[in-house]
Parts: sequence; structure tokens; C-alpha cells
Amino acid sequence: MLDDFILRAGLAGLGVALAAAPLGCFVVWRRMAYFGDATSHAALLGVALALATNIPVIAGVLIIALVMALIISSLSERHVSSDALLGVLAHAGLAFGLVAVSLVPGQRVDLSAYLFGDILAVSSMDVVVIWAGAVLVALLLLARWQALLTATLNPDLATASGGNPKREQFILTLALAVTVAVAIKVVGALLIAAMLVIPAAAARPFARTPEGMALCAMALGGIAVCAGLGASFLFDTPAGPSIVSAAAVFFAFSTALSPAIRSR
Amino acid sequence: MSLIETKNLTLGYGGKIVLRDVSFAIEAGEIVTIVGPNGSGKSSLLRALIGALRPISGDVIRKPDLKIGYVPQKLHIDATLPLTVQRFLNLPKRQNPADIEAALTRAGVPELSQAQMTSLSGGQFQRVLLARALLGKPDILILDEATQGLDQPGAAGFYRQIEEVRRDLGLAVLMVSHDLHVVMAASDRVLCLNGHVCCEGSPEIVADAPEYRALFGTGTQGTLALYRHDHDHAHDHSHEHGHSH
Repeated sequence: MLDDFILRAGLAGLGVALAAAPLGCFVVWRRMAYFGDATSHAALLGVALALATNIPVIAGVLIIALVMALIISSLSERHVSSDALLGVLAHAGLAFGLVAVSLVPGQRVDLSAYLFGDILAVSSMDVVVIWAGAVLVALLLLARWQALLTATLNPDLATASGGNPKREQFILTLALAVTVAVAIKVVGALLIAAMLVIPAAAARPFARTPEGMALCAMALGGIAVCAGLGASFLFDTPAGPSIVSAAAVFFAFSTALSPAIRSR
Repeated sequence: MSLIETKNLTLGYGGKIVLRDVSFAIEAGEIVTIVGPNGSGKSSLLRALIGALRPISGDVIRKPDLKIGYVPQKLHIDATLPLTVQRFLNLPKRQNPADIEAALTRAGVPELSQAQMTSLSGGQFQRVLLARALLGKPDILILDEATQGLDQPGAAGFYRQIEEVRRDLGLAVLMVSHDLHVVMAASDRVLCLNGHVCCEGSPEIVADAPEYRALFGTGTQGTLALYRHDHDHAHDHSHEHGHSH
């Protein structure tokens, strides 16, 4: 029989794909890839916060990811956001996180578990928490789908038709923070942004509508989780990076095939 | 009451004032055109009217339940976003398919509903934006340099479409335009901005106003001179895409 830990790992990974794929579509459409990077790298600071204050890691990550995401989105509103600034924030978040974790007194921390994920060690409780977060994100996106799409197209257009693009931006920010918090255990701070961007980008050539792209991204993300875990099991490679590698291979194929798909 | 009225409206971004002390109103069924050089506050005024820009001081008063059809200056759709025209027209509210067909026909592009937004030509794209604005059954159409990026015949065709729509539906139209001959031909009223309202009135009155001539040249032969002048302008402004601040 398949080991329980593999089953839990699969469930955890599928939960992350469920949230990350549709959210990742917005990250791609709105060109927020660096925003995802900065927020997920800052998750390490959240780990340090959790270890220092004895709160659950997921809570620490959620708080810091939310703070970081809010800072970035308020900076971008004031038009000071630039490629360079986001790059600085992304790497500064990572560097300060690493420093902060090493400064936490009293314990030797297995840093690689937070950097690359530790999906094979998720507990049943972790799976429940991951799915709760993932379902929350998916429902949030579903409930606001039309408004989010309109705001993504053009904020002024959304305002003119009675929408509130700032609120939609906040919803995406919140969804991103929750996704980062539930995904850190699965793929680790370094690769969360990859789970957002890669399945969505791989789904693009197959889709004619935004909904089609989100569903396709979910499917590709889910398959990447299974394929990556399988490869990890067979070749004894680290699970999180294997999942992301599988997704990247899908992206390479779909991009190479995209002229043929579009000419259908 | 007026559809939209502003009282002593002052606008700016980040502490820098771009437009001061505008008191202005547009009535049902009117065509009003806003002209002015780059950076004169035209787009800012429109953004304040639709509620996207909060005034530094002064008020914007919209008629209760006013429905605005907004056609933005340029809508960039990222190539990563798959979107058919039909899906686009269903944002933010799902629409009846028959209404969508009617709006596309009204805008002159009935055949495009299954096309991808990113595959449209400039003229088709602006007509789809017009169709979208019409779907909300607006009381007023607000167009922000809607013909930017179109060649002269394309722009003329688009304005004919607007005029036809207004004639059939009787809605008010407020537009920012660089096409001065269109201003002369089609508007009931012209508002000339340059950081403030420098002149306002019927096209003939504005064309003769010294403030307007100071901005747009001193044509002495009325519309014809303005028309000629416009050719210079088409060149002057052909590289100003995305200039909205």
C-alpha cells in the first residue's frame, strides 16, 4: 500500500495547486510576478517571528506576508513601484529572513525545510490547514471573479462601472498572503512564486477565456504535484523543487506547442 | 438638473496641481468636447468625473443613478490574458447575449464577438470599447481621446459612429479630442483647458477666443484654418501614447 505520508503529501500539494493556480493567473495578467516573489521571500521573516514568539509558523508567515504585500501594494499605488524596487524588496525580504531565523535564540532551525519545503513531513493537521486556506482563497477569487477581472483590465474602467479597484487589489493581496502561508510547507519560500506563475503561464496557450486558463492552470498544477512527488519518490530528489521542475517542463512543452495550438 | 456638475474643482497628483477651479456642467443630450495641450488636465478632469480621481478641493455632483459609459484612452490587455470580445463585454456584469449582439451592431462591429481582444485592430478595439460602454444603457458617454492611435480616416469613421449613436439613443457625449475639425463640426460646446478653463462656449466662440488661438494657433479663416492646422497637430501628437498625467 502507498504510504500515508505520500498520500498526505499529495493532498497538501493538490491543495496548494487549487489556490495557487487561479491566483497565479492574476499574478501573470497583472504582471505581479515580482510582487509574488517579494511576498513569498518575506515568509522567512514570518518563520523567524513565529519561532521567536512561539506562535504557529503558519500564523507568523501569514502576518508577515500580509504586511509585506500591503507595503508593496501601497507603494505601487503611489507610483514609486519599479522593477528595481520590487527586486530589492524581494531579495531584501529573503536576506533579512535568513538573518532573522539565525538570530532566533535557543534552537537550531532546519532552514532548508523553510526554503525548499518539507512536503513529505506534513501532518494530517497540516493537510487540513492547507486545504482550509486553499478553499478560502479559491472561494474568495470565485466570489469576486468578475470584479477582479474588470479591475485587472483597467482600474478606471472598473471605477466607471461602479467597482472599486482598490478593494479588488486588497483581495488579491489577502489571497496572496494566505497562499504563501499555506504553501511554505509544501514548496518552501523560494519556490512559492513558481507555483503561482508557472502553471498559469503553461495554461495560457490552451485557453480562450480567463476561466479556461484558470481551470487549465489548476489541472496542470495538480498534475505537476503528482508528477513531481512521483519523481521525488523514484529518484530521491527533493519534493518541492521536483514539483516546480515538472511544472516548468509543462511550460516548456506548452510554449513550444503554442503556435500549433493557436492555428487550430 | 445637470447630468454632471463640478464646482470649483481642483485636481492634482502627489501634491502637484494639474487643474484648478473648474466649474462646469453637462446637460442631457449635449455633445461637449474638451480640448487643450498635453498636461492641461483633460484626462484628470474626466477621471474626476467618473470618480477615479479624488479632488483636492471642490465637488463633483453626479445626478442620482447616473449611468456613465466610459471609453478609456487606451486599454492595454496583457497578451497573457485570453479574452474573447464576448467575454470582455460580460464584464463586470453578465449580459444578455441579444444585448451584446445589439451593442456590437450599434458600434459597427457585429461580426467580432468570438474574436480575441488582443487580435483586434485599433479601430475594431475602440468600437468594442464603445459597444461595452453602450451595454450599460448610459445617460452619458465619456470618451478619453478615443481615437488616439487611429489614422485620420479611422478617427473620422469612429466619430461618425459616435454621432450616429447619439442621434439614435439621445445620450450626452463628453469627449477629449485632439481632432480639432471634429470639435468644430460636431460639438454643441467646447471646453478649452490649460491648467484651468481658459475658454468655454460654442465652437465658433471658442475658435475666436484669444486664449484658444494662443494655444492652437491664429487661424484667421475659421474652420478651414483649424482644419489645416490639425494636420500639424496630428504629427505633433503622434508620439504621446499613454500620456494621461
